[in-house]
Amino acid sequence: MAILTSDLKRLGDVRAPKGFADRVLAQAGMADSYARFETVLGPVYVAWNRHGVSAAARMASGAEFEDWFRHEVGRSLAPAAPDAQLAEKIEDELSGKRRLRFDLRGLTSFEQAVLRKTLEIPRGQVRPYGWVAREIGHPAAVRAVGTALANNPIPYFIPCHRVVRTDGHIGNYGGGGPEAKAKILNMEGVQLKRLQDLAAKGLRYEGVRSTRVFCFPTCYHGRRAKEENVVLFHDAAEAYAAGYRPCKDCRPAVA
Amino acid sequence: MESTERVFERMVREHQDRIYALGYALTGNRQDAEEVAQDTFLRAYRALITYPPDRVHDLKQRAWLHRIALNVFRNRVRSAHPRLVELNGSEPDHGSGPEEDALRHMELDELACRVAALPPRYRDALVLRHVQELSYAEAAHALGQPVGTVKSNVHRGLKLLRGEDHGDPNE
Repeated sequence: MAILTSDLKRLGDVRAPKGFADRVLAQAGMADSYARFETVLGPVYVAWNRHGVSAAARMASGAEFEDWFRHEVGRSLAPAAPDAQLAEKIEDELSGKRRLRFDLRGLTSFEQAVLRKTLEIPRGQVRPYGWVAREIGHPAAVRAVGTALANNPIPYFIPCHRVVRTDGHIGNYGGGGPEAKAKILNMEGVQLKRLQDLAAKGLRYEGVRSTRVFCFPTCYHGRRAKEENVVLFHDAAEAYAAGYRPCKDCRPAVA
Repeated sequence: MESTERVFERMVREHQDRIYALGYALTGNRQDAEEVAQDTFLRAYRALITYPPDRVHDLKQRAWLHRIALNVFRNRVRSAHPRLVELNGSEPDHGSGPEEDALRHMELDELACRVAALPPRYRDALVLRHVQELSYAEAAHALGQPVGTVKSNVHRGLKLLRGEDHGDPNE
């Protein structure tokens, strides 16, 4: 075979394989990697980069997740092998241990504040939207908190399902609708029926006679009290009037 | 001015085929080509983020990337273990096309192999000039050699590849 320079030129016409650029960008930490992980919630697609986990969603396929990610987060995304270490951290995180870091770049500082605050809500407990708003210093922005939580790019891991309405309605859920929200809360040990019964009667706080402290009904501290020592309150003013102070842990009201 | 990350992203998208082709001609197979190309861009990125913005801006990207790729490739060769060549299933993105494509694909692989097997100094010069179609000046810059040396190495490389070079008795 007589090799001509035109043959050599054809060698130069080979193209990089599909997805090459995205893989390079992912390795440089500029695009995110993603994989499907089996979790207690079923299969979940999780995206991550060197800053931490950046998105999660339950989707039918990787392609669907990629579309959603590019639209929501706006970065490139490349499939990767599901990292065993990450899989372990994901499992721990979903069972209540804090092991993951999260990448919230690209969200507004308000959205970031909402999500970081939501991360503080312990497993098995819930807080009202107004609580998040007050805690981050925007007590009037209850609706905006709802919007920020609805757009939470990392549901399940940043537990937006633990933020509920004070009227007993469970509230909306970006991670699969109210039914999914109820299911996850049940799994975490929240007694939704009891919460809804209390809310229906307008009872929002629970005080303990012996300590004179009032809490949100799901707060860990209230749970140890004997039934006969529990007092219920409609609002903070009523609790204060009865000589109770707000719990320092769940902070049902500003002390 | 554009952020370094934006510059890098554009650089990858713009030069990925070129650098992959360079890796392909140097290594003679597609899997190694991808590794060389990937390492090249990652090294470029690590260098880029340490550069001041005007240096990033003025960079002659094509020649710069070729130079990095050559270094990556040479360092690989130095530390290389003998490779097991996988005959099946190593190229998921290719080979599923029509028969002529597959044939063309094989011919190309064979040629790449022959180029890759040339002695390094002829091969590198030849690849930069005739596969990558760099000018002699650019190739000389990427190789860190005088233009005259590159020209004679390209010439010699071509002859070797065509089997016309029967050795110089005075050498």
